[in-house]
Amino acid sequence: MMRDLSVDIAGLTFRNPVTTASGTFGYGEEFLDFLDPGQLGAIFVKAVTAKNRDGNAYPRMAETTGGMLNSVGLQNKGVDHFCREIYPKVKKFDTYIIVNVSGSTVEEYVEVAEQINELEKVPAIELNISCPNVKLGGMAFGTVPAMATEVTAAVRKVYKKVLMVKLSPNVTHITDIAKAVVEGGADVITLINTLLGMAIDAERRRPVLSTITGGLSGPAIKPVALRMVWQVHKAVAVPVIGLGGIMNATDAIEFILAGASAIQVGTANFIDPQASIKIVEGIREYLERHKIASIKELVGALRTE
Amino acid sequence: MVFKKNVEDLTVIRNLRLNQRHFLLELQSEQPFSLLLPGQFVQALVKDSPSTFLRRPFSIHSVDIPNKRFRLLIQIKGQGTRHLSLLKEGDKLNLIYPLGNSFSIPTTKDVLLVGGGCGVAPLLFLAQFLNQQKIRPVILLGFRSQEETFEIEEYSKYGTVFITTDDGTAGEKGLVVDHSLLQKEKLDFRKIYCCGPDAMMKSIARIARWHKIDCEVSLENTMACGFGVCLCCITPTDKGNERVCMEGPVFNTKRLKW
Repeated sequence: MMRDLSVDIAGLTFRNPVTTASGTFGYGEEFLDFLDPGQLGAIFVKAVTAKNRDGNAYPRMAETTGGMLNSVGLQNKGVDHFCREIYPKVKKFDTYIIVNVSGSTVEEYVEVAEQINELEKVPAIELNISCPNVKLGGMAFGTVPAMATEVTAAVRKVYKKVLMVKLSPNVTHITDIAKAVVEGGADVITLINTLLGMAIDAERRRPVLSTITGGLSGPAIKPVALRMVWQVHKAVAVPVIGLGGIMNATDAIEFILAGASAIQVGTANFIDPQASIKIVEGIREYLERHKIASIKELVGALRTE
Repeated sequence: MVFKKNVEDLTVIRNLRLNQRHFLLELQSEQPFSLLLPGQFVQALVKDSPSTFLRRPFSIHSVDIPNKRFRLLIQIKGQGTRHLSLLKEGDKLNLIYPLGNSFSIPTTKDVLLVGGGCGVAPLLFLAQFLNQQKIRPVILLGFRSQEETFEIEEYSKYGTVFITTDDGTAGEKGLVVDHSLLQKEKLDFRKIYCCGPDAMMKSIARIARWHKIDCEVSLENTMACGFGVCLCCITPTDKGNERVCMEGPVFNTKRLKW
């Protein structure tokens, strides 16, 4: 029997629930030696800002137990460069291209979103209101409900397609932020972004990262991510896309059971560039083994009685 | 030049311990590799080592293209490399390779290779490659002590070898930058290739600049992926922040903001 892996995300039909997280998949081109993007539900490409950003100074990465810290700082060449140089290449991929939009001010988010709105083959944007890396950036929007609503609503006015908002886990009540972005007009919520963390080199008595603190990702954050996906799925009516330490198909199934309609593979891409397509296969095997016709049946199907 | 990157389980043919901190892994590939060039590196997966989350990057140390084999020279630095040092003949090692750019082909025959510590790793492959271009380089290698020297005979096949040790137990005492070869008023070289600790490469770059000698270095910045997407291994260059894993690891020192 054919197992149906397709999922519906705010009117978009993904061929399967597996997508790749922004900042871990470049613009997709870097992966062409390893996989066919057409085998994925969607790809979320690297964050785009209004102007060129050089990002933070080296060192930007620290390996930690079961994960890694990064402080890349949204290095990218700006939205004009994306539209002119990157888009003509990525639009040929046989999958949804979703652009992660970042900014330091409401006006910057709006400016970028307006330009991306014009790109025919980009059906959605993911608003990054949470990146903890940039001193002037995202953090504040994603941690205060009123500001989360404000930036979402401002982008909603100019962006006519599917608006996804990616939440920061560095908050006390994740559901308050989730409700706030839905109020602002979000069609989809993705979570979680990296957890703010820190690494110290005891021998040198110095921080490992040039920015002292950075974003923690990898399996170390999976339990936190699962909990937040579960809470948000119960609190809002919009679809949730879950991520945070997904390394294999079992991890992906756990997120779907917790309430995610689709998932993003992030840090795992660094270790196994074929992780995402292996997860697609693993999900298919799971459906086969449990005799489930469609992955949709599993969304939020966690048994808690 | 763009290489197709492979993810492959290679077979360990030999694991040779050179001294307390260094070992050589000889690996057998099943598929013929398109081309490997000196300066390129691999990302090795360390299995069953809970504290090792990311792959570990290693330069290609030497190649045997007809037999589809190559070697990695590895220094034991932490849990990951310690784990790899325990690999046995017949074990599999998963690699992503080949990664990065390569040293350029020199336009002169007066070539000096300078390596320090584990930074000597890509220089054997480079020396082999230069021999194929009918160039026999001078090779200057720095070690901690006589006990830590290795493969001097191997390097000697491809060039004239000089060494330094920190404690003077072999070769000249001191750091490679202090070697008498580099203290002359006018140096005999038109091209220098260098790999080692940052401080060493910066000193060599300074000497090269002073003598107006073209100099290339291979950087070892920490990285997560190795194929250009994590943007963690950047170094500032005349074109802004560039990725050591893609635009490097080899850079001409006149392009670096040193």
